[in-house]
Parts: sequence; C-alpha cells; structure tokens
Amino acid sequence: MTRFVVDNVHIVDPASGHDGPGALLVEDRVIHDRVAGRAPSLPEGATRLDGKGLVLAPGLIDMRVFTGEPGREYRETLQSAGDAAAAGGVTSFVAMPDTMPVIDDGALVDFIVRRAKATARVNILPAAAITRGLEGAEITEFGLLKEAGAVCLSDGRRSIQSSALLRTAMSYAANFDMPIVHHVVDKGLAGEGVMNEGHFASVLGLKGIPVEAETIPLARDLQLARLTGVRYHAAQVSSASSLAIMSRARGESDRLSCGVSINNLSLNENDVGPYRTFFKLSPPLRAEADRRAMIEGLRDGTIDVIHSDHDPKDSEVKRKPFAEASDGAVGLETLLAAALRLVHSGDVDLVTVLRALTLRPAEILRLPSGRLEKGAPADFILFDPDYPWQVDERALRSRSRNTSFEGARLAGKVMATYVAGVEVYSMQDLNA
Amino acid sequence: MAATSPSGNPATGTAGGPFPPFSKRHLLGIADLNPVEILSLLDRAEAMIPVSRQERKSYPTLSGKTQINLFFENSTRTQASFEIAGKRLGALVVNMSVRTSSVAKGETLSDTAATLNAMRPDVIVVRHSASGAVELLSQKVSCSVVNAGDGAHEHPTQALLDALTIRQHKKRLEGLTVAICGDITNSRVARSNLLLLGALNIRTRVIAPRNLLPAGVEHMATEVFTDMREGLRDADVVMMLRLQHERANGLMIPSTREYYRFYGLDAEKLAFAKPDAIVMHPGPMNRGVEIDPAIADGNRSVITDQVEMGVAVRMAVLDALLPAGDAR
Repeated sequence: MTRFVVDNVHIVDPASGHDGPGALLVEDRVIHDRVAGRAPSLPEGATRLDGKGLVLAPGLIDMRVFTGEPGREYRETLQSAGDAAAAGGVTSFVAMPDTMPVIDDGALVDFIVRRAKATARVNILPAAAITRGLEGAEITEFGLLKEAGAVCLSDGRRSIQSSALLRTAMSYAANFDMPIVHHVVDKGLAGEGVMNEGHFASVLGLKGIPVEAETIPLARDLQLARLTGVRYHAAQVSSASSLAIMSRARGESDRLSCGVSINNLSLNENDVGPYRTFFKLSPPLRAEADRRAMIEGLRDGTIDVIHSDHDPKDSEVKRKPFAEASDGAVGLETLLAAALRLVHSGDVDLVTVLRALTLRPAEILRLPSGRLEKGAPADFILFDPDYPWQVDERALRSRSRNTSFEGARLAGKVMATYVAGVEVYSMQDLNA
Repeated sequence: MAATSPSGNPATGTAGGPFPPFSKRHLLGIADLNPVEILSLLDRAEAMIPVSRQERKSYPTLSGKTQINLFFENSTRTQASFEIAGKRLGALVVNMSVRTSSVAKGETLSDTAATLNAMRPDVIVVRHSASGAVELLSQKVSCSVVNAGDGAHEHPTQALLDALTIRQHKKRLEGLTVAICGDITNSRVARSNLLLLGALNIRTRVIAPRNLLPAGVEHMATEVFTDMREGLRDADVVMMLRLQHERANGLMIPSTREYYRFYGLDAEKLAFAKPDAIVMHPGPMNRGVEIDPAIADGNRSVITDQVEMGVAVRMAVLDALLPAGDAR
C-alpha cells in the first residue's frame, strides 16, 4: 500500500471551500484525509512530499476532448491525448465519439475503456453517440452503452436538427439517467458561415454565423429537456443571448447545465486577424461583448463548466483558405494557464475558475473525482499560478499542433499531476 | 348437456339465465361498463367455458342471427375467435376483410357501414386501425357493434378474457397486483386492461421505457415504473405486450436486442415477481424481443389459456348483446 502526505501546499478545493494552507494524505489510490494548516505528525509508513508552497487542487476534468483513436491516429491517440492532458493538469477527460468508426455501439465503448486503460496516463471517459454514425436519424442503444462504460451521450461536433428525434433521445436518455451533452447549432441558419456574423466577417469577405444559430436550438433543447426530464448539458455556448436563455431555464430546473470553451473565454473574433485558421472554431469566436458575457456567466454561475474543446487537426486540413479549413484547436496543455488569465486579470477568482474545471464537471457526470475529500480518487495537481511561460507548438505533447495560443505568454503552469495517487507528470522533481 | 352448459335454456331463448339482462346495445369499450356489468360478463363467460370443452360444442342461442366480422386490420386469431364464438352460438357468421384505403377513410367507413347495415345483420364485430372508428361505425348502423380493437384506444374483449384467465388461475381478482409491461403508448390491450382492472380496484402497474409511456399515464395505472425489476416486484400477474418491430428502428427504441436486455421477460427478471405469478401475453409473441422463449412456453405461462378464454368471453359478449327474441 502506498501512503504519502503532500504538505506545504496551498489547497484550493471548490467542493469544501478550502482555500488556504493544508496537507493531503493519500492512501493507496484514494484521498485519505485533507487537513488545514500544517500536516500533523506523519502517519506510520507514510512518505512526505514537500509541495513547496504550490497550489494543490483537484485534477481538472475536461468535458470535451476529441482524439483520433480509432481511425485517425495520426492526429491523436488516446495515449498522446493522455500525455497532453497529464501535462495540462487534466486527470480525466471525456473522449468525444467522433472517431472512425463512430463510438455508437457498446463494443466500441468497451474498446475505448480498455485501450485507455492500457495506454493512457489519465482517466478517459467515453461519450457515446446519441445517434448511429452521428447521422442524426436513429438513436443508439443508451442502456447498453451505459453498461459498457459511457458517461454521457453526445453527438460531438454534430447537432441534432430534428426536434422529434431529439425528444425521443432525451426521453430515452432520461430512462437510463444518462446526461445528454449537445452541441447547439441550427444547420440551416449557420449555413456556410465560417466565423461570427458581423462587421468583421463582412470586411474579411467571409460568411457569418449568426448568434441565433445557437440561441434558437438552445431554447428548443431546454424546452425539450423540461418536457422529458433529462439531464441536459449544452456543450458549449458562446453568446450573451444564450446565457440569458440558459439563466431563465435553469431557474426552473436543476438538471440543466452548460459549458464554455476556453477559446470563447479567452479570445474574440478579432483574433481571426488575417484569416488565421487556428482560430476557426465551432462555435465561432464571437464579439468582445460576448466574451465579456461569458466571463460574467462564469462568475455568476450561469456557466457550469470550462472545457478545452481539444480538437487535434493536422496541417492538411488546417493550412487552407479560411473558409475551407477545418474547425478546431488543441487545448489540453493550455487549458489551465489560459483560464488563469481570467484570474490574473482580476475578472474571476481562482476558486470559481477551478470549480468550473473540477467540481461541476464531476457533478454533471456523477464522478467521485473533482474534489479533495476522504474516499475520493487521489486525482490532484500541483501548480504554480504565476509561473511565466510562452506557448511553443513544437513543445506540445499532442500529435497535432493546431493551437490557438501559439506564442502566447501565459502565467501559471502545472508542476505535477497525480492520477489515483500515482504521479503521471512532473515538470521538475519535487523531491529534489 | 345441462351439467356442462351455462344456466339457461337456449331452446326457449332464455340465455340470460341467472344473469341480469345486459342493458347496452354495443360493446365499444371497457370505459362504458360499470363494475357490475364487467363482473356479470365474466360470470357469463365462465359459464360458457364448458360449451367449448364438450364434444358437441354448441349452445345455439343466436340461431337465426347474422354476425359480420368486419376487419379493417389484419388479424388471424381475433377474427377466428369471434367466428368460432358466433358459430358455437349458432349464428350465421360472415367474415369480411377490408383493406383500409389511404384515401377518404372516413367516407369509406360510412359507406361500408351503410352497405352492411342494409343487409340487416344483428351484430357487426369491427376492428380498425384508427382510434374511434368503431364508435363512428356504430352510429351508422342499426345493429349491435362489438369493438374488436380500434387503434390504440380499446380492445374490450381482450381485457375481459385476460380478467377471466386471471380469475381462473388465481380464483379471485381482488387483492392482486397486475404488472403490464411493454409498449403502453400504442397498446389498446393495455388501455382496456387498465380500465377494467381499475374499475374493479385492482392494483395495476405499468412498466416501460419512458418513450413507450403515454402522457398522463400516472392517471391510468396505480404505479408507473421504468425499471422492470422494480415493477415486477411481488406482482401476481405479469402481462407482456407485443413490441411492434417497426418501433425498434431507432426512432422510438434503438433495437430489439437492447429492448430485450432491459424489458424482455426472462427468468432473472421474473424472479422479482411472486413465486406463483402467472405470465400472460395477448399474442402474437415476439420470442426473444419481449419474452424469453423458455418463459413463453414454461409452466407459468397461461398464454394458451388466454386463447381459450377468448372464445368463452366472445360467446358471452355476443350472447349478452343479442338476447334471443329481441326484435331489434
């Protein structure tokens, strides 16, 4: 049995509200105790790990990560995504079902579970497709998918257009108490748009995606969620209007939640600049007023979750004219540092940011992790919130380099990551 | 014959025997019946059972009467059951299978009703795929009408034969818990059974995935379950419903294999019901979809008894609706 104490740390645990000096006792694979102040005498047989004043927080839980396994391993494998996650302080992530083949069958969920266990350093939680082949036509076997280990249902990048089918899916998901995680886009309204609709897109001569392409399906989804009683998570919202709709709906139900991509919290449409395709995302980067609204939503709790929307794409599909390039950017390794920008700018406090990166995803997915409490898995990170560094795409562990933070100067870095009490990443030897 | 036949004397046309006269002209649904009428029909049906078990299966109270079986929806067993019931009562039975035309259904129905009515039948037994169609037809004819199933609305003789089967096996109805499992939304069998059992204050449970539970189902059954094991716990009677294959196409239910896994009756799930629970199914069964073949053919299954009770119930219904000597 391994038994160790991490002390001389500043603990931030959103679940308990602990925000101050403390120590963590880990026994075997779980948290045995969390204490405030200095650690009491070392328990018998325990080793001591000096935290050197770093912040100790629950490991991050990223609800939206795309990989290339199976089918496009050249973009990302479960192993390489796991390495990137560990370096970014992400101890668990939800793997989206948009692979080849699509994860729409219990046997494929089982493959992801086994493959992740065999190759990845962090916990990989499969999301199973809502519809067969992500085609938006027929629902999958939610009960069998859940039994195989799927933690939620999602059509990934796709959005279900048929309200009738979505109702069926929600009703059936409620039957098995599975959360539906839905990307909200009205395909017809989004049309051939490639970035936020507005003056800037017009100047660039690019077709725009109106905010209503998000608000209309969001309003529909929330009404259907109320009708069916499903646990519903709007995968990502990007506009101020969406938050107003979300805020009104959640007043009536505690089964509704929403997430925001770190990109939509950190960047805006102006970052697209001279047709930079690494800033071509879905939902698109919106106006600065929308970004400010996202921050406000995070602060007031309308937004539950921040995720990386990690979407590895090779240059083949990214180095193209803007309108022809694929959407998506990698983000596992920059997630925490980019989120800390909001803390450094004084917009949001650290506990609030960490809650959206740890506790809320755990609650939505009903995971025992995401908190530093007795009996929880010993998934935690040590980070220096002020450590300055510059993003260099060549240093990324991901197999794809399409980062929207290339060259960015960030403050805050993960020094060590632990999954089930085992160190899976360390920037420097803390025992030295 | 007296020892094995219902009370009353068909020769003198007093088929009512000890039973109070049935005041209704039609049998359109269980909803129209009060508990006294339901129990009276069950008693009549019970008395009819011996007729079909004797060598001369004849109790000709309807001799000289004409019965038309008008089936707009295909059905082998129900139509055969009504035909045999009518013939054992001595009626002239004519079967008409009418394929529903997709155009102008209402008009076709009215026209058909008027045409048949002109032939002066005494009773028309109707099955139609549209809820309410049988009642509509009953308004257009001057004879009695028996609903043999209309859409997802009612199938009254099925509910009566189910109740009779339960009573035969359990020797009582009161105090039992009856669990109905399957596609409640689309089932007329479920609706009629819930109405009948509800009228007699029998504890009912429905078990189905949410997609197959109709809105307001909590007002239709005593309890509603989406977990089959919980729903079956301590049940005395387990009624399985047929899952139409076309509903397992990903639009309502993803597949028959998942349906069977969570809502198919197998030994493991049946173990949650009482040890002496009986298993029922209105037929035709999908073995391996809603029921394990071993259960369907096992010693707790009373499915073939249901078929036998069906004939007795239909004889009783025809006999009750068409008292001999009635001038209608």
